[in-house]
Amino acid sequence: MKLLVCVSKTPDTTAKISFNADNSEFNGAGVQYIMNPYDEWYALVRAMELKEATGGTVTLINVGPAENDTVIRKGLAIGADDAIRINCNPKSSLYVAKQIAEFAKDGGFDIVFCGKETIDYNGSEVGGMVAEYLGMPFISFASKLEMDGNGATITRDIDGGKETVGVATPFVVSAAKGLAEQRIPNMRGIMQARRKPIDVKEPVAFDDLSTVVSYDMPPAKAACKMLDPEDMDELVRLLHEEAKII
Amino acid sequence: MSVLVFAESQGGQFKKSAFEAVTYGYKTAQVLGTECIAICLGEAGNAADLGNYGASKVLSVADSALNTVDSQAYTSVIAQAAEKNGASVVVLMHSATGKGIVGGLSARLNAGSAPGVNQIPTNDGAFRVKKNVFSGKAIAEVELTSDVKVISVMGNSFQPEVVGSPATVETFAADVPAARITVKSVDKVQGSVPLPEAEIVVSAGRGMKGPENWGIIEELAELIGAATACSRPVADTDWRPHHEHVGQTGVAIRPNLYFAIGISGAIQHLAGVNSSKVIVVINKDPEAPFFKAADYGVCADLFDVVPRLIEAFKKRKANS
Repeated sequence: MKLLVCVSKTPDTTAKISFNADNSEFNGAGVQYIMNPYDEWYALVRAMELKEATGGTVTLINVGPAENDTVIRKGLAIGADDAIRINCNPKSSLYVAKQIAEFAKDGGFDIVFCGKETIDYNGSEVGGMVAEYLGMPFISFASKLEMDGNGATITRDIDGGKETVGVATPFVVSAAKGLAEQRIPNMRGIMQARRKPIDVKEPVAFDDLSTVVSYDMPPAKAACKMLDPEDMDELVRLLHEEAKII
Repeated sequence: MSVLVFAESQGGQFKKSAFEAVTYGYKTAQVLGTECIAICLGEAGNAADLGNYGASKVLSVADSALNTVDSQAYTSVIAQAAEKNGASVVVLMHSATGKGIVGGLSARLNAGSAPGVNQIPTNDGAFRVKKNVFSGKAIAEVELTSDVKVISVMGNSFQPEVVGSPATVETFAADVPAARITVKSVDKVQGSVPLPEAEIVVSAGRGMKGPENWGIIEELAELIGAATACSRPVADTDWRPHHEHVGQTGVAIRPNLYFAIGISGAIQHLAGVNSSKVIVVINKDPEAPFFKAADYGVCADLFDVVPRLIEAFKKRKANS
């Protein structure tokens, strides 16, 4: 099987979030970057497991600048065979999806994997966009994926529960927690990754239809009001009269 | 021109989020000086009620193929309705269903998109709308420059507001594409309020010491009509089912009231709950990071505090 895994670079979960002086751009100074956890832990690892079970190849694709190669190398160390980087500084999801679809359309991929969302922009969009551009079915939030015959049986999260669906290849799937278990690259993988190819391609022209014009921090939270553990009537009163909730 | 709102239904009934979406669509239509049209897919018994929240008419596509959620079919039908009604903005909920559609729909309509917004857009020369980014740690203002725009709205950001009366329901003759996904089984969580839609959530963590101690959590939740939730270690050790796990890798929620009981408040957990309107933290460790994100804190043993809190709620209930 030919598998394509879309990987994104995001600030580490614990990174301090700040912006430049006019709040127009994320301030990356001193920020540790990682591969988006949904892309790495779930999408890439499940793709590796399928390759190990049935043979085939796992290709990574990233849409971003040369700095992203460190994140791509980690994916190669986990075991992907090769990687494509579309060389640009993307500003919108649709732009990213267009680049991925342009690469994937003639690639003969059986499954295109992505994470359910990135932990920076939290959009959950790219998978659906790629599927639409490629004319493939899209299964969002997969927590289980088993191949059977010429398709797959996938369990996905739906509102208020889970649903198990069948779909024939090729398709696009977004990975949620449960699809696989995180893998730590071993030394052999890391050494091999150095010799694996990252093919750099230039982007196709596409106009952004959405752009972030400014960032802001959420309003500071008032200090926590500490209550007497003996007096829970007071908490109930505050929730009722001050917070006006219960 | 119009604003088209996809009103989600389940088992033939609208969810509260459908009314939230129509309220959002109505307010957006007011900003743009146009009308708000709702569309419902599959069975939807009380479609006319969407008029109460500001829909001037309701399009109904009662094709039984749409009773199950197929992202491609939904995308196609909503796109057809958007084109036929000259929609300049399409509004979805940022639910599991909405997230499955938002990307495909914006690609299909060549529309700029803003997924997971929590404010009404502004249109002073440019169409802009705000959304949370970095898992709630920052807010981004997004400008959409395309003729058609796709927005998905975070649940529980807007309360439904009754502004009108029942609307006329028209059948919308859509070309429903053949399903490419077959649903084999559906496993709904029975009985309780689905977590992402709950207005009050009682959540507990490792401080509970073991699954056998959850009785007080369930009692408190039932008493105040709340959904129950848990932290990641609790779900990972199977003390509680995985669908209760809130946080970065679990469900992100924004209830009106969130009780964090025996949860220290790791940054990954906070990422899933920091948009809650009011947070109450009960923890015996005064250094627990969760207190920094809390509105009300109780620093004591939860096994003493929670039963006392249950009594206090019972007393208020009896007196009101």
